[in-house]
Amino acid sequence: MEFLDPGSTLADDRPAEAAAPAEAREHLVVIGNGMAGCRAVEELLARDGTRFRVTIFGAEPQVNYNRIMLSPVLAGEKTFEEIVINDHAWYARHGIELVAGDPVVAIDRAARTITARSGRTTGYDKLLIATGSDPFIIPVPGHDLPGVISFRDMADVEAMLAAAFDGGNAVVIGGGLLGLEAAHGLTLRGMKVTVLHLMPTLMERQLDEAAGWLLKSALEARGQTILTGADTAAILGDGKVEGVQLKDGRVIPAKLVVMAVGIRPSVKLAREAGLAVGRGIQVDDHMVTSDANVLAVGECVEHDGQCYGLVAPLWDMCRSLADGLVARANPYRGSVTSTKLKVAGLDVFSAGDFSGGEGCEDIVLRDSARGVYKRVVLKEDRIIGAVLFGDTGDGGWYFDLLKKGEDVAPIRDVLIYGQTFASGGGLADPKATVAALSDDTEICGCNGVSKGQVVATINGGACSLDAVRAGCKASASCGSCTGIVESLLALTLGEDGMQAGPKTMCKCTSYGHDEMRRAIVEQGMRAIPEVMQRLHWSTPDGCSSCRPALNYYLLCAWPGDYVDDQQSRFVNERLHANIQKDGTYSVVPRMWGGVTTPQELRAIADVVEKYNAPMVKVTGGQRLDIFGIRKEDLTAVWADLNAAGMVSGHAYAKALRTVKTCVGSEWCRFGTQDSTGLGIKLERGFWGSWMPHKFKMAVSGCPRNCAEATIKDFGVICVDSGYELHVGGNGGIHVRATDLLVKVTTEAEAMHYAAAFVQLYREEARYLERTAPWIERVGLAYLKARVVEDEAGRDALAARFWHSQSFSQDDPWAERVAGADASLHQPLLAAAE
Amino acid sequence: MTDWIDIGTLADLPLRGSRTLTLAGEPVAVFRTHDNQVFALIDRCPHKGGPLSAGIVHGHAVSCPLHNLRISLATGTALGEDAGCTPVVPVLLAGERILLARPVRAAA
Repeated sequence: MEFLDPGSTLADDRPAEAAAPAEAREHLVVIGNGMAGCRAVEELLARDGTRFRVTIFGAEPQVNYNRIMLSPVLAGEKTFEEIVINDHAWYARHGIELVAGDPVVAIDRAARTITARSGRTTGYDKLLIATGSDPFIIPVPGHDLPGVISFRDMADVEAMLAAAFDGGNAVVIGGGLLGLEAAHGLTLRGMKVTVLHLMPTLMERQLDEAAGWLLKSALEARGQTILTGADTAAILGDGKVEGVQLKDGRVIPAKLVVMAVGIRPSVKLAREAGLAVGRGIQVDDHMVTSDANVLAVGECVEHDGQCYGLVAPLWDMCRSLADGLVARANPYRGSVTSTKLKVAGLDVFSAGDFSGGEGCEDIVLRDSARGVYKRVVLKEDRIIGAVLFGDTGDGGWYFDLLKKGEDVAPIRDVLIYGQTFASGGGLADPKATVAALSDDTEICGCNGVSKGQVVATINGGACSLDAVRAGCKASASCGSCTGIVESLLALTLGEDGMQAGPKTMCKCTSYGHDEMRRAIVEQGMRAIPEVMQRLHWSTPDGCSSCRPALNYYLLCAWPGDYVDDQQSRFVNERLHANIQKDGTYSVVPRMWGGVTTPQELRAIADVVEKYNAPMVKVTGGQRLDIFGIRKEDLTAVWADLNAAGMVSGHAYAKALRTVKTCVGSEWCRFGTQDSTGLGIKLERGFWGSWMPHKFKMAVSGCPRNCAEATIKDFGVICVDSGYELHVGGNGGIHVRATDLLVKVTTEAEAMHYAAAFVQLYREEARYLERTAPWIERVGLAYLKARVVEDEAGRDALAARFWHSQSFSQDDPWAERVAGADASLHQPLLAAAE
Repeated sequence: MTDWIDIGTLADLPLRGSRTLTLAGEPVAVFRTHDNQVFALIDRCPHKGGPLSAGIVHGHAVSCPLHNLRISLATGTALGEDAGCTPVVPVLLAGERILLARPVRAAA
């Protein structure tokens, strides 16, 4: 399979052709290895891959990464590797020399050279300045104390993570987009965060007062303290930050202060080189500066009096720049920008102008029950601004209408209800909505990918979500456009053309069980919220299908490390008993191999009488089931059973249930081996291991098979010469007899194969898949290849099983008797009559 | 006027979980959801009377432990293809305290 560079967003990604020797080409030097510089190079290479030899200087030590995704890195939702746009292979493939960590300090336009901090001087034919912007630091006393940082690059994120390591107080100065994302990340990392904002409402440049207030309430509900109208007087501290003083005298303690009050175009280098500089480096419609050989792009430029601090204008600028370089007219005409706040679970969108004024009309929709606020501002029947809070699904549509300047008079009455309604759909049909989008509608804001590009990628052979992500990067960053990309897949390929992916786990996710488990292990995910976040769950906390499955997969992947999530377990596994139709529980203590003692029987009899259990019954698994125990009495019942030496039988669990045996050679005249003894050994070894589904074993002492071993998940039939090991039997709705896996000669071998088989089942079967359907699915030959023919593999499987078991054989009843989770069994209030 | 009873604090409820109490002879399940909202329902599934308090709480819904009906915590109605409704008990979160509405009895 051809390796697709995940960073490439452009179709033509062929290696630099060898037509002209590299040294004979014009030399393009790029100052700035960020999103603008690299995107400009990508656009240029897509048009003409052979004209330039490219050298990129970067101040930061890394390859080009997605700066707008630093917030998810801070929040722990992404790793740095996941936000890399251009990896080293990309630079190598295009023959680009990357000089990282060596900022350019001077430009000599007369000599056409640049000089880096290391003293290295390089000549250029064309120079591209893409230095971005610098964070603005308010010059209050103490602003230079250690512990005062900005939020601009990976080094800032690392500094924040280091400070958040042991918690404490943090102050974020600035309640704009960047400040709020920093505050959100620091809160998730365990810091107590106060946001200081000079203006009366948050994000006042992007949001109106109502939306700002909703946002403030939502953030406060998440534990942040938000102070508006807060004017910073000084940063206090002796040698390091200790707090922030406001002009009204209040002091807020802090060991970390993040300044996020704004950015300024980084123009020092250009100004010193004598280029025309206003607020930013002044450029024409093809990004050429006052020197024809010097171009500039991105946040450092001023175009038509405008500077931009958002990512979307970059994409437009880079296209015009590249077209200009290959002498194709495509003038940049400025950008209208929109904003989305990347705070998980908070949907905030704004675009255009919503300050109101003469001739402007507002259409507002509020739905307080859903926490939704939508406001669209019209002027002369055209949308000039939109603010959405709580439901931003139509943000792209409003933005599209705004950019196109479309006359919305015909749909004015229904405009506020969104595209589906306005286009006459009435009932929501997401596909119709997506189909109606124009080709240049931006689908993926993080990576600047339009609908047309996504469709082209799909038509170019990408038949699955992952392939689209790899091909054009749409939905590969924050994932909020995943649903739209899926709709585009379905629309472009038709339902049949879509790669028949594995069935998804549930409606909360687009992942199937197998992909999910692979991702958990490969990406080292260790908690349910982490999985949901990183794999773009569509619900806030999953459902009763996916949560138990994830809990099991994590438990299986990280034995001894993962902390079981009780609330993601079915009630039986939470209360260690079986719920019955009347809401009472049944209790089954373990009887090892079906063998019991007078003492155990007496203890069970006592419990039955003491708690008035209406019934006690012999189960099919050779043990006793006590029925009708109230939730409140469970702990006391277990205490009595524990006192007689009995432990939980896990009759309620997706785990080893029972090992059924016959009496074997010890008593039976036909018995060939000690089936009872082996059964007890198996049960002692395997109890407590969590599995994808319930798991039953049996050992029969001869082929007469009195223990019914051939309808168990793992069954042993003893014969004179040893032990036949059978797998995949089931006595349920569809009776399935076992398949013979292998015949062995000793008990120790039987135990070893059992461990390897069980571990393979634990690692590879899907949650709630019994061994019988699992084996039907993967085939007996596969099991034999893994467990029988591959000796080293078998040993490794068994070793992993016993390692896992070293953490799992604690009696859950005893833990509850000792007081764990007592509240699970007790009413909230004795009585509230 | 509604008579509110203080039944404990948010911390008494497990996150994404539920606990029970008896109110005027009726079993009541009090739920705490992922976003720290509190809901209360009569602890009886409209399907076969299962104890909803023992179900898995997800979003603002609970899945009944007996037959997996999904019940909306806000309205008590069954979600999806299923039908039925269990009564909602008004509940308030006042700071950390949970207040439950005492049922109004008909005047004697």
